[in-house]
Amino acid sequence: MEKTLKKYFLVFTLPTVVAFAFAFIIPFVQGVYLSFCKFTTVNNAKWVGLSNYKTAFSNGQGFTSALGFTVTFTVISVLTINLFAFIIALLLTRKIKGTNIFRTVFFMPNLIGGIVLGYTWQQMINAILYKYETTIVSNAKYGFWGLVLLMNWQMIGYMMIIYIAGLQNVPGDLIEAAKIDGATPWQTLIKVKIPMVMSSITICMFLTLSNSFKLFDQNKALTDGAPLKKTQMLALNIYETFYGKTGYEGVGQAKAVVFFIIVAVIALVQLSFTRSKEVEH
Amino acid sequence: MKKKLISALLCVAMVSSMLVGCGSAETEAPAATEETTAPAEESEAPAEDTASAEGGKVYYLNFKPEVDDKWQEIAAAYTEETGVEVKVVTAASGTYEEVLKSEIAGQDAPTLFQINGPVGYNNWKDYCLDLSSSELYNALSDKGLAITGDDGGVYGVPYTVESYGIIYNDAIMQKYFAMDGAKAASVDEINSFDKLKEVVEDMTAKKADLGIDGVFASTSLLPGEDWRWQTHLANIPVYYEYKDNKVSDMDAIEFAYSDNYKNIFDLYINNSTVAPGLLGSKAVTDSMAEFALGQCAMVQNGNWAWGQISTVEGNTVKEEDVKFMPIYTGVAGEENQGLCTGTENFWSVNSQASEADQKATLDFVNWMISSDAGKDYMVNALGNSAPFTTFGDDEKPTDPLAKEMYRFMENGKTSVTWNFTTFPSQAFKDDFGAALLEYCNGNMTWDDVKELVVTRWAEEKSATAE
Repeated sequence: MEKTLKKYFLVFTLPTVVAFAFAFIIPFVQGVYLSFCKFTTVNNAKWVGLSNYKTAFSNGQGFTSALGFTVTFTVISVLTINLFAFIIALLLTRKIKGTNIFRTVFFMPNLIGGIVLGYTWQQMINAILYKYETTIVSNAKYGFWGLVLLMNWQMIGYMMIIYIAGLQNVPGDLIEAAKIDGATPWQTLIKVKIPMVMSSITICMFLTLSNSFKLFDQNKALTDGAPLKKTQMLALNIYETFYGKTGYEGVGQAKAVVFFIIVAVIALVQLSFTRSKEVEH
Repeated sequence: MKKKLISALLCVAMVSSMLVGCGSAETEAPAATEETTAPAEESEAPAEDTASAEGGKVYYLNFKPEVDDKWQEIAAAYTEETGVEVKVVTAASGTYEEVLKSEIAGQDAPTLFQINGPVGYNNWKDYCLDLSSSELYNALSDKGLAITGDDGGVYGVPYTVESYGIIYNDAIMQKYFAMDGAKAASVDEINSFDKLKEVVEDMTAKKADLGIDGVFASTSLLPGEDWRWQTHLANIPVYYEYKDNKVSDMDAIEFAYSDNYKNIFDLYINNSTVAPGLLGSKAVTDSMAEFALGQCAMVQNGNWAWGQISTVEGNTVKEEDVKFMPIYTGVAGEENQGLCTGTENFWSVNSQASEADQKATLDFVNWMISSDAGKDYMVNALGNSAPFTTFGDDEKPTDPLAKEMYRFMENGKTSVTWNFTTFPSQAFKDDFGAALLEYCNGNMTWDDVKELVVTRWAEEKSATAE
C-alpha cells in the first residue's frame, strides 16, 4: 500500500501541484526574477543585477524608517493583542451568563474588512481630535496609537476564540489536582493553564506577528503614511514605491523580496522557539 | 484530548484561510470602475463604415472620473454610428498611473491613454505611437502644445486647454465692496498680492457681517487631495524661476520664489473656514462644497470645477457670480499676470497595440474632433476647450468659468504656463504636500519646507533621468 502510494504520488497530487505552481510558485519565481530587473510592466523587463537592492536601502527611499516603524508597531500590537485576548478568554471560560453573546460580540470586528475599518476609525479619531483643532495626521504619535488601537480592536476577538479553545482543553483533573495541592489561582494559571495552552499561544503569536508585520489596508486607510511617511509601514512603502514612481517598479519588487525574507525568518524562528515550549499531553 | 485540540485548531485554520481569502479578494478589487459597452449589433452597423471597423477595437483608459458617464455615452454613440467597439474604463481619482500600468500589461491593453506631459511621456515612451502624420496632430491649432520626443516624433496631443486661478463668488464680493471702509471698490482693483491680502484680511475681520465662515475654502491637505497646492500653486514660483533662468525645465531648483509661495499659502490657511490644524482632514470636495454653499468667498481651482460647484446639493452660488481672478503672490510686475493656462491632458496611442486597433483608435479620436456629433460631445458633454482648428468660435464651452478663461485669454494679460508637467515625479509632489501639512500643524518651519522642496526636486529629477 505504502509503496503504491509512493509510486502514484505524482498522479494523485498532480491537480494540486499544478494549481499550486500556477497560483504560487510561478508568480513567486517571476517576482524574484523581476526584483533584479528594471521594468514598467512585467512584459518588458531588463536585467540590471543588484542595483535595485542597493537603491532600496538608500536614503530617501524610506524603507529603513518604515522597517523601524513596523517593528515598533509589531512589538506593541503583538503584546497588547495577546494579553487582552488571553484575559478576555480567561473571563469568558468562567461560565458567566451570556458567555456566548460576549464571544460573538468580541469576534465580530474581525469580520469587517481592513479598508472600511481604517476609514471608520479615521473618522472616529478625527471626530475626537476635532475638539483640539487637530487631526490624526498632524502627529505621527496619533497615527501610531490609532493603528495599535485599530489592530487590537480587530484582532482580539479572533485570538480570544483560539485561546478559549485552548483553555477548554485543559484537563479538569489537572486543575483539580493543583487545587488540592493548595495552588493559588495565580499559580494554577502560570504553572498549569499557560503551559497547557502553549500550542494556542504559538498559533496566536504567529498570527498576530505576521498580520501586524504585513499590515497594509488599515495603514493605507487610516493615515496613508502621513505625516511625511512617518506612519508608513513596510507593505505600504513597497506599494508606494511600486506605484508611486515610474521607473521604480524593480526597486519595489526588490523591497518586496526583502520583506518576504524578513517575514519568513521571523515566522520560522518564532515558531520553532514557541514549539520547543509546548507540552505533550 | 489531543485530537480535540487538533480538530479545534484545524477549524480555526480553515476559518482563517477563508478570512484571508476574503480579505485579499477585497484588496485586489480593481481600482477602476469598469463598464464595457456592449458591442453593436451587426444589423445596426451602417454598411459604409465597415472599412474602418475591420476588426479594430478602441479601448480608452479615461483619466477624469467626473466625466466617466459622458464617455460611456460617447462610446455607445460611436459604436452605434460606426459599428466599432469602444470600451471606456475610468481610473479612480489619483490611481491613473497604476491602473494604466496593470492594464497595459494585460492581453486587452488600452489603445488610447493619457499622459500628463514630458514626464509622463518619459515614463511611457515605449508605448507611445508617433502621431506626427495623424489627422489629430495636423488639426492642432498650436503645434507647440504637443509632446515631441528626442527623435522629432509627436507622441502626445493635447485635447483640452484649462485654466486655474482663484474662483470667487461675486455676490459676496459685491456685498463686501458695498460696506463702509471696504479696502477696494471692485475686483478690478485687486491686481497685486498686497491688495489681495488687505482685502482678504479685512473680509476675515468682517466675516460675520458677510455671512461667511472664512474668505477661502479650506486648504485641503488630506493625502491625495493636496494637488491644488503641491502642483497647481507650486507652478507659480516655478514658472517665475524658469522665466528668470529662461529655461523650460531644470534639474535642480533654488525655489527662489518660495517666499511668494508662503505669502499666498499663509493667506489661504489663516483666512480659511477652518483652523490650520484641521486641514489634514479636508478633501477637495469639502472645499468646493463650502464654496457652493456660500460659506466662503474664494477657492483656488480650475475651470473644471464648475461641474462640481453646480452639482452640490443646495448650492447658493449663482452661475453669473462665479468668476476667476489670477493668483497673486507678490512677484514684481504681477499686475499683468493672468490665469494659469495650459494642459496636462495629452492623448497617446498605444504603439504596441495591433495595427487594426491603432487605426480604429485614430479614427475614433479623429471623429471626436471633426464630426459634428463628436465635437458636440467634446465641448458640451466633456467641457473641453479643444485646441483644434476643426472647432469654430461658436464651438466653445459656455460654462461661466470657461467664459472667464476666454475673457482672460483675450484681455491682454500674460497667462502663466503650466510648468508643473515638468515636476520630477508624483513622489516629489506627495512629499511637498506632506510637508505643507506638517507646516500647517506647526511641525515644520517654512525653511524646512523650502529645503525639502529643493532637495527632493534634485533627488527625484536625477532618479527619473536614469
